[in-house]
Amino acid sequence: MLNTPPKLEFKSSTFFAPILILYTNDMVAIEQALHDKISLAPDFFKDSPLIIDLREVNKLNLDLDFVELMQLLRRIGFFPVGIRGGNEQQNKQARALSLPIDTVRELGNSIVIGEVQKPENTQQPPAQPEVIAVKEPVQPAAIPPISAATILVTQPIRSGQRIYASGDLIILSQVSAGAEIMAEGNIHVYNTLRGRALAGVHGNTAARIFCFDLQAELISIAGDYKTSEDLNKQTYNHPVQIYLQNHALIIKEIA
Amino acid sequence: MARIIVVTSGKGGVGKTTTSAAIAMGLAKKGHKTAVIDFDVGLRNLDLILGCERRVVYDFINVINGEASLNQALIRDKNCNLLYILPASQTRDKDALTHEGVGKVLDELSKDFGYIVCDSPAGIEKGANLALYFADDAFVVTNPEISSVRDSDRMLGILSSKSRRAERNEEPIKEYLLLTRYDADRVKLGEMLSLEDVQEILSLELLGIIPESKSVLSASNAGIPVILDEKSEAGQAYADVVARYLGEKLPHRFIDGKKGFLRRLFGGRK
Repeated sequence: MLNTPPKLEFKSSTFFAPILILYTNDMVAIEQALHDKISLAPDFFKDSPLIIDLREVNKLNLDLDFVELMQLLRRIGFFPVGIRGGNEQQNKQARALSLPIDTVRELGNSIVIGEVQKPENTQQPPAQPEVIAVKEPVQPAAIPPISAATILVTQPIRSGQRIYASGDLIILSQVSAGAEIMAEGNIHVYNTLRGRALAGVHGNTAARIFCFDLQAELISIAGDYKTSEDLNKQTYNHPVQIYLQNHALIIKEIA
Repeated sequence: MARIIVVTSGKGGVGKTTTSAAIAMGLAKKGHKTAVIDFDVGLRNLDLILGCERRVVYDFINVINGEASLNQALIRDKNCNLLYILPASQTRDKDALTHEGVGKVLDELSKDFGYIVCDSPAGIEKGANLALYFADDAFVVTNPEISSVRDSDRMLGILSSKSRRAERNEEPIKEYLLLTRYDADRVKLGEMLSLEDVQEILSLELLGIIPESKSVLSASNAGIPVILDEKSEAGQAYADVVARYLGEKLPHRFIDGKKGFLRRLFGGRK
């Protein structure tokens, strides 16, 4: 062969990571709030990369122990991969910890922990690895916009597979026992639902679950859940919709 | 270019190696040059089922490591000269399998063979993942019981997401169901899942039902693939499977079980 194969190449790509926006410097409160979030979708947050947004803390002139924060996040199981909106001292600390620093563009409304996509970011210094972040305005946490990344799945969701939608999730095939489907918005399953379905995982209490044949292992809306043991025999094996009313899950047959 | 078939299940003891040996032999008997590879490194069994354990000199890992050529390691079957076996190494473990090594061996075999049957180990770890990664077709071997069905379902998820075809966004692996150790009498008594029960969860194209049969164990012990036992139901069922895979339209047998002695005498009543 005349040409030796290349040793490496650079490629540009965009990927997703949650951004953690802090409103307090109280480590105990932060830890508690994170545990609450994680309990909603443990697998989703496990080993998740994370960008830390410090603008709100700095707006309030709160003194944040940056090193302690990093230790806390790593202990819980996150992998901080960068910060933004830090002050001079925080940026210095971040550099000392080998964390990339993202220059901030003005954002619209923010979500507390959200999955956001980054368009081309031309302001970024060229030497930095391309990390996540920044997008057009996002609605406040409670009501994610319906149009936000509705995901349509036509393949069967097999045991052990996980699907996450930052908007609505529509599934045309069966969802097997041992599969997990999660959406920040509504979940529609136009087939048999045997796995776990978690709608409104970021706290949207208006989210609903619809399915043609309810045989789920677990259903949850905004953290309120029922396991198959708690499911009423009358709705089992029936087409249903599931919604929240006064913190109670209502399972209603669709006539 | 060879067609690469993975025989997989997730769960152990459901009949993967028996199936691999039978269908590889069946394809070879139909005139296709076929290689069957044992991916169960460290727990070598395929050579026993095919009765060539005493002729193993080099193995799959030797070829991957460049210690032997493919031709040195391939064992020609004594019953059919179109069938070749690439045995696993018994002294190593699955870590000896490498992505590049397996890919290279399969590429080389592809030039010369019509079909390559990959006998996957149980589990969803490295050996199983490498056995399915390069596949074009998957035979999912399932027993009519709930844990086997769930493990098969899990395996189907991996087939659709972790294969080369999935990574390259090509046409997905074609998945077929093989229901083995099926006992129609126990199904009737409600002690075993029926074909419908299994299909409700897996919904796959059914390639065949292999009835529970004593001939499978005797064939294994004798080192003769059960498909060569043409008198046995399991042997006939595997022959049907191969024929269906190659495109023949055959009605499914062995769903309702044997007729009892008296019913055979007086004719069945429906």
